[in-house]
Amino acid sequence: MAGMTVSEIRDAIAGRRMSSREAVQGCLSQIERLDGQVCAFVSVAADRALDLADKIDARLAKGEQVGVLAGVPVAVKDNICTRFGKTTCASKILANFASPYDATVVAKLEAAGAIIVGKTNLDEFAMGSSTENSGMFVTRNPWNAECVPGGSSGGSAAAVAARMVPAALGSDTGGSIRLPASFCGVVGLKPTYGRVSRYGLVAYGSSLDQIGPMTRDVRDAALLLDVISGHDGRDSTSIDAPGTKSAAKLDEPIGGLRIGVAKEYLGEGLADEVRAAVESAIDVYRSLGAEVVAVSLPHSEYAIAAYYLIAMAEASSNLSRYDGVHYGYRTPEPDDFIDLYSKSRAEGFGAEVKRRIMLGTYALSSGYYDAYYLKALKVRTLIKDDFVEAFKKCDVLACPVSPTPAFRIGEKIEDPLAMYLGDVYTISLNLAGLPGVSIPAGQSEAGLPIGLQLMGPHLQEERLLQIAHAFEEETDWHTRVPPMADAQTA
Amino acid sequence: MPEQIDERQVRHIAVLSRLKLSDQEVATFSRQLSAILAYVGKLNELDTSNVEPTAHAVPIQNAFRKDEPEDPLTVDEALAGAPQRAGSFFKVPKVLDQDSA
Amino acid sequence: MKITPTIGMEIHVQLATRTKMFCSTPLEFAAEPNSRTCPVCIGMPGVLPVMNRKAYEYAVVVGLALNCKIAEFTKWDRKSYYYPDLPKNYQISQYDQPLSHGGYLDIPVGDGTKRIGITRAHLEEDAGKNVHDQPGYSGIDLNRAGTPLLEIVSEPDINSAEEAGIYGRELQRLVRYLGVSEADMQKGHMRFEPNVSLWVEPEGGEGYFTPIFEVKNLNSFRALERAVAWVIDYHQAELNRHMAEGKPYTLEAVGKQNWGWRDEAGRGEFQRGKEEAHDYRYFPDPDLVPVVMDEDWLSELRARVPELPIQKRARFMEQYAMSLADAEQIIVDRATADLFEAARQAAGEADTLTKQFNSFWSRCANERECTIAQLGVEAERLGELAKMTAKGTINATAAAEIATAMLECEESPAALAEQMGKLQVRDAGQTEQWVEQAMAANEKAVQDALGNPKKRKAAAGFLRGQVMKLSKGQADPKLVGEVIEKRLGELAG
Repeated sequence: MAGMTVSEIRDAIAGRRMSSREAVQGCLSQIERLDGQVCAFVSVAADRALDLADKIDARLAKGEQVGVLAGVPVAVKDNICTRFGKTTCASKILANFASPYDATVVAKLEAAGAIIVGKTNLDEFAMGSSTENSGMFVTRNPWNAECVPGGSSGGSAAAVAARMVPAALGSDTGGSIRLPASFCGVVGLKPTYGRVSRYGLVAYGSSLDQIGPMTRDVRDAALLLDVISGHDGRDSTSIDAPGTKSAAKLDEPIGGLRIGVAKEYLGEGLADEVRAAVESAIDVYRSLGAEVVAVSLPHSEYAIAAYYLIAMAEASSNLSRYDGVHYGYRTPEPDDFIDLYSKSRAEGFGAEVKRRIMLGTYALSSGYYDAYYLKALKVRTLIKDDFVEAFKKCDVLACPVSPTPAFRIGEKIEDPLAMYLGDVYTISLNLAGLPGVSIPAGQSEAGLPIGLQLMGPHLQEERLLQIAHAFEEETDWHTRVPPMADAQTA
Repeated sequence: MPEQIDERQVRHIAVLSRLKLSDQEVATFSRQLSAILAYVGKLNELDTSNVEPTAHAVPIQNAFRKDEPEDPLTVDEALAGAPQRAGSFFKVPKVLDQDSA
Repeated sequence: MKITPTIGMEIHVQLATRTKMFCSTPLEFAAEPNSRTCPVCIGMPGVLPVMNRKAYEYAVVVGLALNCKIAEFTKWDRKSYYYPDLPKNYQISQYDQPLSHGGYLDIPVGDGTKRIGITRAHLEEDAGKNVHDQPGYSGIDLNRAGTPLLEIVSEPDINSAEEAGIYGRELQRLVRYLGVSEADMQKGHMRFEPNVSLWVEPEGGEGYFTPIFEVKNLNSFRALERAVAWVIDYHQAELNRHMAEGKPYTLEAVGKQNWGWRDEAGRGEFQRGKEEAHDYRYFPDPDLVPVVMDEDWLSELRARVPELPIQKRARFMEQYAMSLADAEQIIVDRATADLFEAARQAAGEADTLTKQFNSFWSRCANERECTIAQLGVEAERLGELAKMTAKGTINATAAAEIATAMLECEESPAALAEQMGKLQVRDAGQTEQWVEQAMAANEKAVQDALGNPKKRKAAAGFLRGQVMKLSKGQADPKLVGEVIEKRLGELAG
C-alpha cells in the first residue's frame, strides 16, 4: 500500500478493492515504522483517522456518493489550522493551541473525503529553509538521515518521500514547498497567489504565502490542487475564479512548447551536479519537440533582498498577535502587563523568528520605511515585470530549485544569511505571485534527489502541470524510493 | 540606508517588538542583523525613482462581504485557549490605561 | 496681545451595521463579556479580515454629507501598537489614502452658522475593552473589538468649548439623520478627542501656537465642554507663567501631548509627551485589497443623502416662520421633523402645531424617554388637534388633556373632545353667567380688584381661574378675561 499514489488509492477504494481503513492503517503502520527516525510528524490523529475511514467504508458499502478523494490519507503542515488536535506552527508559543475552526483547505479536503492522519513539522512559523528552525525537533531527509529535508515544509516533504502518506499540504512563501520537494525527491506545487485560500494558514508573509500540494507524482498534485483551489469569501486576496480542473487536462498534448531558460539562473554558485541534472532535464523536453529559448530575468540578483525585507516586515506584524494574552504560551511570572508580552514572546519564539521580527520591525519603523520596505516594494515591481517580459518569449521557464542538493544538518544553521542565499531560485516567483512546480529530475553522486523547477505565467497551473506531467512520462526519477522506505515497499 | 545595527538600536527594536533579550542575544543579534542589513543594502544599486511599489501581487479590488451575521463563538470557545481567565474575561496583570492610542 | 483658542476635533462614531467591520460577528449589545466574538476578531492564528460593504457605504454617505471628496482609490493600513484590548496588536485603519477628505460642516452658532472644515473621514476597527475594577488584575472583553468606527477629523476651526459642544451635537444629529449610527452617548457610540491649543498674537510680533493637548476618549458632551474649557484655562495660565519667566510656551518648543480627563475631579491628567510618542509603523495591510469607487456606485450613494439638519432647520424657520429655538427643538430627529411636516398638512397651519410639539407633545415624549415620532401618534390626529386649538374649538389646557388621551387610543381629537366634554364654550351669555357666579362667590377678590390697583391683575387672574373651574375648563380663557374686565369696569362705575 505504501507505494500507491493518491489516484491509485482513490480508485482502489472507490472500486472497493481496498478499504479506507486499510489505506489509513497502512499509513499509520509506515509512520510507526519510520517516523521515529524521520521525525516528520508533530502529531498523529490515529483514532480520528480510523473513525473517518470506517465512516467512508460504511457509506461505500451502502452505495452512497463519496468525494473525489474519499478514503485517501493525507498529512497537513502544522501551520494550517485544524479543529482537531493542535496547530503548533512548530513553535513553543503555540504548542498547546487548539484551533476552534478549520482552514478552508482542510474543510475542502475533508469534504472531498480525504482523511488527515497528522500534522507535519516545519521551520517555526514557516521561517526557514531546512526545518532546523522547528521549535520541536529536526526532521531528517529520508534519503540521508544526516541531511536536512529542506524547509520550511520539511515534514510534509519527508512524510511523502518516506511513503508515510501519499500526499501532504505544505505552504510556500519563498520556496518552502518547492525546496523541500526538491531535497526529498517529491513533487511540490506553489499555485498562483490567490489561487488557494489562505484562510486558516497561519500568516508569515501575507502577500507571498500560498498553500500547495506535495505528492509523489504530478497527477496527484493536480488532483489535490483541483480540490483545494477556488475563490473563498473568507480570504480577500483570493482570486475570483472557481477551482482548477487540472487533473482532467493533464494528458493533453503539450505540442509547440517554448521553454525559457534564464541565464541568471544557470550562472555562478550552482553546483555542477545540479547544473547537469537541470540541463539533462531540459534535453528531455527538447526530445519531445520543445524549443528552448534564452531569456533574461535581469533583476534576479535583487530578489532575495527584496523578499526578505517584505517577508520580514509582514511577519513582524503578523506575529505581533502572539503575546500570551488571549491564547498560546504565557510566561509564568510577569512583573506587569508589558513584561507579560516581552517575556512570553522571548520565551516562546526561537532565534530565527526573533531575528525576522526585529528586522521587520526595523524596516517598518519611523525613518526607515522608505529606505527599506517601500524600496523593496518597488524592486518587486521590477521583478514582476521581468517575468511579464520573459513570458512573451516562452510558455514556461525551466531552472534549478536550489544551488545544491540537500546539505547536512547543522551545516548552515549558524549563518542566517548563508541560509537565505539558498532561496535564490525559488524566491522571485513568490514576489511575482506566479505558479511554480518542483519535480524530481535527477540524483547526486551521493544519492540525494535533485529537482527541476518549472515556472508558469499567472493562473496557468493547468498548463504548467501538463508540461510537468510530460516530463514524468519520459523519466522515472519520481518513482525512486529512499532506501529507508524501500524495504517496506512491496 | 544605514548598514549597521548597534546594540543600542537592537535594544530599541526589541522594545518595539516586545521581545525581552539577554545581553548575549543583543550582541549576537546585533552582529547577525548588521550582516543581513548590509546585504539588503544591495537594493540601493537600483534606481527606482520612477517605479510604482507593488503591495499586492494580484490586481484584486473591492472584496466585500454582506452585512449578514453568523453565529459567534460561545464564551467558553472564545476563552478556551486563554492562559488565564476571570469569569468571562481574559485575565491579565493590571493594565495602565495610559497606552491606549 | 490677542489670544484665540484653537481646537480641532477627532470624533469616533460607531456605525450601526449588523455585523463587525471585518467579520460576520453580530453587533448586538451583549451583557456577557466575550459572547460576541469569532476567531477573526479575537485575532487567532490564520484568520483574515473581509470588509463589510454596508459599513463602507455608510462611511461614504457621511463623507458626502460632509461635503468631502470621495477617494476613487483607497486602501487599508495596519497601525501597530501593543495593548491587551487590541487582539492583533495592530489596528486596521486608513493612513495616507482615507476614503474621504476635504469637506466641511456648518454648525449653528448664535443666530447664524459657522463653517468647520473637515480634514478627513476614514474607517477603522474598534478595540475591545479593558475592565479595571478588580484588584490586582484587569479583565479584557473583546465584544467591541472589530466594531466599525468612522473617524472624523476636523480642521482647527473651533474656537471655544461651547463651539466644540455644538460641533459634537451637530455631528451627532447628522449621523442620526443619515441613519448610519444611533450615536447614543450612553452606549459609547461617539467618542471625542479635542486637540486644544491657543493661537497667540503678541503686539508687534509674530503669531505662534502654544503646545497642543490632545484630550483622549471623552464620551459625553459635558465632559467635552468641561475638558476643552479646562485646557484653555490651563494653557492660559502656563502661557502667563512662561512669559513671566521669559521661557517659550510654544508648539515648537514643547510639542504635542496626550492628556486624559478626570471628570469627577474636573481636571486633566498628563499621559504622554512627544518623545514617547508611538511609532505606529503604518504599512499597507497585505490581507485586504483596495477599494475602487466608480461613478455609478457614487451616484447611488449620493442619492441616499437626505436634507441635512442644518438645511432643514433653516427651511423650517423660513417655511413655517419658526424661531431658531423652536426649529431646533423640532428637527432634533429626522422622523419627528418629517412627522411635523405631515401634521402641518393636516393642521392647515404651523404656529399652533409648533407650540404643541414643543410643549405637551415634547413633555409626553420625555416622560416616556422616546422621541415624539416614537410616540406613535399619526400625523392626521396631530394636525387635527392643532387645527381645533387654532380655531378655538378647544382651549390650550383642554388640548393638553386630549393629547394625553390620544396616546392611549385611536380616536380622533374631535371625538375625544366631545367625550371628555372639552369643547370650548364661547357663548357670551353662558360666560357672563359664570363670571357672575364666580364674582358672587368671591367678594373679597372683587373688592381687591376694584379697591387696589396693585392687586387688580392678580385678583382678576384669580377670578378667571375660578370661572375656569366652574366651567370645568370649557370656558374660553380669553373671552372670560374680557368679560371680567367689562364687569369690573361696570362695577367701578
